[in-house]
Amino acid sequence: MGAIAEGLRRVLELDRELWHIVVLSLEVSFSAVLIATALGLPLGALLAVKRFAGRRTVIVLLNALMGLPPVVVGLLIYLLLSRAGPLGELGLLFTPGAMIIAQSVLVLPIIAALARQALEDAWREYEEQLRSLGVRELEAAFTLIWDARFSLVTAVLAGLGRAAAEVGAVMIVGGNIDGVTRVMTTAIALETSKGDLPLALGLGFVLIAIVLAVNAAAQLIKEAAQRRYG
Amino acid sequence: MSASILPLVLENVSYASNGQPIISSVSLSIDAEPSTIILGANGAGKSVLMRLMHGLLAPTGGRVCWSEPDSASLRRRQAMVFQRPVMLRRSALANVLYALSVAGVPAAEREAQALAALDEVGLAHLAQRPARVLSGGEQQRLALARAWALHPEVLFLDEPTANLDPGAAREIETVIKAFDAAGTKIVMATHNLGQARRLGDEVIYLQAGRVMERAPIEQFFARPATAEAAAFMKGELPWV
Repeated sequence: MGAIAEGLRRVLELDRELWHIVVLSLEVSFSAVLIATALGLPLGALLAVKRFAGRRTVIVLLNALMGLPPVVVGLLIYLLLSRAGPLGELGLLFTPGAMIIAQSVLVLPIIAALARQALEDAWREYEEQLRSLGVRELEAAFTLIWDARFSLVTAVLAGLGRAAAEVGAVMIVGGNIDGVTRVMTTAIALETSKGDLPLALGLGFVLIAIVLAVNAAAQLIKEAAQRRYG
Repeated sequence: MSASILPLVLENVSYASNGQPIISSVSLSIDAEPSTIILGANGAGKSVLMRLMHGLLAPTGGRVCWSEPDSASLRRRQAMVFQRPVMLRRSALANVLYALSVAGVPAAEREAQALAALDEVGLAHLAQRPARVLSGGEQQRLALARAWALHPEVLFLDEPTANLDPGAAREIETVIKAFDAAGTKIVMATHNLGQARRLGDEVIYLQAGRVMERAPIEQFFARPATAEAAAFMKGELPWV
């Protein structure tokens, strides 16, 4: 109990350095989710609407990619961005940019696969009506995204949860550099290994509180909107 | 707009799902004039036959031929209202605007046309209401407004009042009559004899995926040519 109280106290008197860690964490994870959403929702919608050879294989692959180990994604992005790698010239390794890329890759399959599932259910309801109106597949995909926007909130939140919680990918491509690429999860890992359990715990509380607040806000908005629009 | 997309000709059209025949070699010509009622019991294949005509299903045998070769133009000039209306999660007005936008109506003309269509079905006062919170009857009228705005040459209706109470059903029938009066060809599936009589000029009687009989409405009700049609009418309540 002493450690928890101490952790909370340390967090409440957050110094600038700690604030920086929290803000960077949010920047990285929200950016990654934004990118993954912009790509993942259309991808999921097209998979829900289009019928093509090999569709089932693609869906199985996409579902499997939801379970990608963060360290493996980190390693792949590391290889791509390392000085000798194909994208080495960009000089992104050990920057927040690299962390955003890694988390986007990690989160994209989650958002796309969950969106595909939700939109396929919606498509079953809409298909005949939209085809009767003469709506083309691409147009139908975006109509579905807009119409199922409240159910898609869940897919995006699942992606955000994954991004905010993972350590492996940001550790490898970011390097946990103090003041540059240190985020909450990597800081927790570091403080734990250094033996500063109170600070690690305190950071853990902040992380959980943020995730909880975002989810609660999204749920409230979703419910209000559903009451309004049916 | 060029010459009519009608007549619609079905040549030996069959449709099977998972090896089960649903429509069996139907040959029909649907012309512009009389309003056509497709009559039959549940499971006779009415809905499937309408979907084959409307192009939502491809026949597994035979051909469906319209007099208009261009498929985009063909799609644009017919509409369908389903048993369960499908409303987009937006306002009633936006639902009609969406259909107009898909049909390629210039943006500047859409709002006026959509409002006129809503007015036609008596929903102008609910234009800004989210479509999905409307009642069943209002949603079905909105589906009709969405079709009305497109000024289709042919309107397919698949049991449009099956889920509605008698009052709402009457309102729907009034709108269908307005379509007829405006020169739209009506093709409606129903198992309701009273409605068939009120809205139809001719009957196509369907049983087990086959056309048993086709006759002008009064003749069909007075002297059905087949024992099957006579038995069906006995089983139904003609005054409903």
